[in-house]
Amino acid sequence: MTNTLNIVQAINQALMNEMELDNTVVVYGEDVGVEGGVFRATVDLQKKFGVKRVFDSPLAESAIVGTAVGMAINGLKPVVEMQFSGFSYPGFNQIISHVARMRNRSRGKYTLPMVIRSPYGGGIRALEHHSESTEAIFAQIPGLKVVIPSTPYDAKGLLIAAMRDPDPVLFWEPKRIYRAFKQEIPEGAYEIPIGKAKIIEEGTDITIVTWGAMVKDVQKAAEMVKVKGIKPEIIDLRTIAPMDRDSFVESVKKTGRILVVHEAPKTLGVGAEIISIVNEKAFLYLEAPPTRLTGFDTTFPLPRGERHYIPSPERIAKTIEDVVRY
Amino acid sequence: MRLEDYNPLDNIQYRILDQNGIILKEEDLPDLTDDELIYLYKTMVFSRIIDEKALSYQRQGRMLTYAPNVGQEAAQVGSAYAMKENDWLVPAFRELGAWLIKGVPLRNIYLYWYGNEWGSYMPEGVRVLPVSIPIASQLQHATGIGMANNIKGEKDVAVAYVGDGGTSEGDFHEALNFAAVFKAPVVFVVQNNQYAISTRGSLQTASKNYALKAIAYGMPGILVDGNDIFAMYKATEEAIDRARRGEGPTLIEAYTYRLGAHTTSDDPTKYRENEEVEQWKDKDPILRLKLYLTNKGLISDELEEKMKSELEQEVVSTFESIENKSDTEIEDIFKYHYEVMPPQLEEQLNEYKSFLEGGK
Repeated sequence: MTNTLNIVQAINQALMNEMELDNTVVVYGEDVGVEGGVFRATVDLQKKFGVKRVFDSPLAESAIVGTAVGMAINGLKPVVEMQFSGFSYPGFNQIISHVARMRNRSRGKYTLPMVIRSPYGGGIRALEHHSESTEAIFAQIPGLKVVIPSTPYDAKGLLIAAMRDPDPVLFWEPKRIYRAFKQEIPEGAYEIPIGKAKIIEEGTDITIVTWGAMVKDVQKAAEMVKVKGIKPEIIDLRTIAPMDRDSFVESVKKTGRILVVHEAPKTLGVGAEIISIVNEKAFLYLEAPPTRLTGFDTTFPLPRGERHYIPSPERIAKTIEDVVRY
Repeated sequence: MRLEDYNPLDNIQYRILDQNGIILKEEDLPDLTDDELIYLYKTMVFSRIIDEKALSYQRQGRMLTYAPNVGQEAAQVGSAYAMKENDWLVPAFRELGAWLIKGVPLRNIYLYWYGNEWGSYMPEGVRVLPVSIPIASQLQHATGIGMANNIKGEKDVAVAYVGDGGTSEGDFHEALNFAAVFKAPVVFVVQNNQYAISTRGSLQTASKNYALKAIAYGMPGILVDGNDIFAMYKATEEAIDRARRGEGPTLIEAYTYRLGAHTTSDDPTKYRENEEVEQWKDKDPILRLKLYLTNKGLISDELEEKMKSELEQEVVSTFESIENKSDTEIEDIFKYHYEVMPPQLEEQLNEYKSFLEGGK
């Protein structure tokens, strides 16, 4: 059986499926219970599973994450929500100091099978602190996994995998495309492995690595350059940490060129890491400088300025041409 | 004592045993056997010997930074002794007496302070969380453990410790608030040892005491003479019983004194007068219990000497056994970040191993 869902509905269904199968899964955070989350990702969960397993919490990100640490140590699988990516900052200490380190600190005695979900990225004309892309900040921390889906099918399969993962997973949801399109997906539970990228379009002239909401924009850009005879290979990274390096290294060996597109700031971003890996592992295959097209090293602008910030399909297309014609 | 009747705003310390070893509240005296009393005394003495030895090893350059507990033995031993085996101990980093009571081997404690993560690996059945260096953040783990018990329908209680300085952290507030809202079975013990490194209480809070903060969260709070092992035991026992009955968390302030330094890295003579320290020496928790036990005929100088020399031998042999243990293995540094080591990490490990082996 299949059904046709958008990303936010797919996330809701992943939670439904897994909570049915595993009664140790509990869901909580600000407004996730009665209202079903500000984006409705947790809608109807409380009705179905009761207030013991799905509940609203006081407004306190540090405690939402910190109590999840205790819950996970004590045999449950908490799936908590940071209402917006920029609201993860008050929870930062718990994420870095404890979520990431408890397994190592206790030599494997206390493990944290927990998921921190958060809508991430810009493009929805939101307030300050609602739009930033924080994947690089967390991806550098040993002990954390960072996952970002780009389609309803992936969102469901990756979230179920995250809930079944013995290690803590930060599940960052690209809210710009929460409702952008629908996809037919299985009704039952299924997993997409964490740590594996996906080639979503095969090509021969340039490798483009991207993730999250940028995938759609890269695909639009690819259509623009195809009419000019350029065939890009597009890789959706899907997991930022741990990174599937073989996916783009092998691709670059074929295409000789690489462009990384991300929404987060340029300096010390994930793009820099990908390019370093390419330099280490495929340097002699390169026919053009590995290139990044990213957000700026600025605070994410308020809505009147955000169209300048996120790389547009036109800018992506122009950059692809520049790299290919280098 | 009944927690419900106690008002922390009165700022009166709950006390059973005075500093001369005299029982002030016969009706509150815990029902402990002679063997139990001797065990508690022995554990406090053990704690002190462990501290003294660690300090001397540190001065000899044989131990790394160490956080001594001298003066706080009753606050720790008394509160921890009220816990049952399945209750969870969530420590900060200065809970030596509580660790010993909960069954953490001395070997672990010395290993940790000696710079080896295996110190945090708790033996089977010992429900103790590792040391938490980020101040007050561990309180939320205790709240989460308690919330999970409520969800699972289990009756175990978490007892969490924090220092007076930790009450200024946001995490203290958030942990107590969550615990109260969700009626989590947690007992929060503030070890008010008067100083957060060098910062005294008057610069930490404008409250009359720390226990009264409980009022704002909607839970009972009690100010206890932290150098009185009976009062600490009794107050914690009542708070634990309350939590186990499903009535939620309690805040206990153990009013005590850190006779030593914050850690071996600071110099307390810079921030406090010797007279103050001398006054507190008269309130020594071990001395107080000793006077009581001597009056009861349970301890003599002879017995105590024998006890001390046995304990000291145990401490020396434990330290020497970990001192001779070699450093952390390379794999050990990499192994415990994820259940399955990611390829990047494996590559880094192999590259380093190959460097050490002289390969390419």
